[in-house]
Amino acid sequence: MVNTKVKLSGIELDNPIIPASGTFGFGYEFAEIYDINCLGTFSFKGTTKDPRFGNPTPRIAECDAGMINAVGLQNPGVEKVISEELPKLKACFNKPVMANVSGFSVEDYAYTVEMLDSQEQIGWFEVNVSCPNVHGGGMSFGTSAEAAAEVTSSVRKVTKKPLYIKLSPNVTNIVEIAKACEESGADGISMINTMLGMRIDLKTRKPVIANKMGGFSGPAIKPVALRMVYQVYEAVKVPIIGMGGIATAEDVIEMMLAGATAVEIGAQNLVDPFACKDIIDNLPKVMEKYKIDNLSSIIGGAH
Amino acid sequence: MTQGIYEILSNEKIALNVYKMILCGDTSAITASGQFVNIKLDGKFLRRPISICDYNDKTITIIYKVVGVGTEQMCEMLAGEKLDVLVGLGNGYNLDKSGDRPLLLGGGVGVPPMYNLCKKLIDQGNKVSVILGFNTKEEVFLEDDFKALGAEVTVTTADGSYGVKGFVTDAMKNIDYTYFFTCGPMPMFKAIEATAVTSGQYSFEERMGCGFGACMGCSCKTKYGNKRICKDGPVLEREEIIW
Repeated sequence: MVNTKVKLSGIELDNPIIPASGTFGFGYEFAEIYDINCLGTFSFKGTTKDPRFGNPTPRIAECDAGMINAVGLQNPGVEKVISEELPKLKACFNKPVMANVSGFSVEDYAYTVEMLDSQEQIGWFEVNVSCPNVHGGGMSFGTSAEAAAEVTSSVRKVTKKPLYIKLSPNVTNIVEIAKACEESGADGISMINTMLGMRIDLKTRKPVIANKMGGFSGPAIKPVALRMVYQVYEAVKVPIIGMGGIATAEDVIEMMLAGATAVEIGAQNLVDPFACKDIIDNLPKVMEKYKIDNLSSIIGGAH
Repeated sequence: MTQGIYEILSNEKIALNVYKMILCGDTSAITASGQFVNIKLDGKFLRRPISICDYNDKTITIIYKVVGVGTEQMCEMLAGEKLDVLVGLGNGYNLDKSGDRPLLLGGGVGVPPMYNLCKKLIDQGNKVSVILGFNTKEEVFLEDDFKALGAEVTVTTADGSYGVKGFVTDAMKNIDYTYFFTCGPMPMFKAIEATAVTSGQYSFEERMGCGFGACMGCSCKTKYGNKRICKDGPVLEREEIIW
């Protein structure tokens, strides 16, 4: 019997598989099609202080080996997340969940995290400073080391729960930003968010996405994600949650070898609603094939 | 919603750029007319959402128009080939409010979901009128099929090459109905909205990511809050729609 368990900031996961924020809602809809308690955990839909509809449609475009989304953080706002979404999740998921939080000012981030902090269901915070689809916030905090550090330290003051900062790949030097987050009190780094991309419709001669640009995800970005996780692993001591184009158990192992303690699966959930369950079911077989007894022993193994 | 591998029983051209495909497999997840399936195609990242035209306990019939690279690939597929399909997506039409003389309006590739709906309304004892709108004669399909169900059928073509010249709303004015159900392009919806004298249900189209409510890609605002076209729709009631 192989051991798929990993430890993420003191909390043990049965396996390192985590559906990524924005691809799994608040979990209960996937619970209608399989028992989501098989997951390591999952990162719930990016939550902001106020309710948001997001960007105008169309906000999805297909690409070769991936997709672009420009949803723009649609969510019911933190109050409704606490009063309506989390109770529904509690009915179908008995593990700690990862709370994904976004904001438009440093105060927004701190407010939303503080509101959620008392919720027992929440095991970790994943603070998104890298959403490419909103203006005046989101990614602008994740593209400078100073701004990312400022968000990290202000959120650090309002929670003792493990704090992961989700970084953008749309930067010159992701290592510098990851180090700044670590120095400001982050317990871990979550990476990478989507890459800024575009598609153009030949018939209309205009961008497919109403917002023109959006976040590119899917198997096409996996090599970029692996490279960045590898680089950041060498520069920080805190654990990394790796993501970007993961679709198979083999991909999970590859990402862990690059330096990830756990992995998130995003776009693949949208193509195959059973993706995470299938990866979890396959993982022991693939571990045996590559002679891995203990999954946590391979973290950073490529270095 | 279920995911399964479906065998193509047939895939034939029935009108200009329009194909009818019959898939064999589990249909137990389909609960209403107006639901859709989401089809995985080799080499394409996102699935293709296509409305269900008809179904029974073993087969699903879809009718699709070739509009892009995905449907081009689909129209080349042969009987015996297999497809990975998510089945039973969306809410579908609610038949309870139909009254005894419902009117169905289908425009172009919005016609197919009207077929199973028509069958069910006739089964519940309604006298059903159907208006099928197309651009031109070569695009007309399913007219005889609706007639065979026992519906009163009017076909309109924008260029007047077949049936009544004009749009579905030109024929709508001459029909006495208790309720309406429709699926078609947005300009047709706006014309119906300006013409209709009863309540009704519209089935919307939007670019989707997942098709089952996870990604929020196809959201719209309604009078009753934000809804996902794929999960809370595609059918919305006239009273809730913000135009």
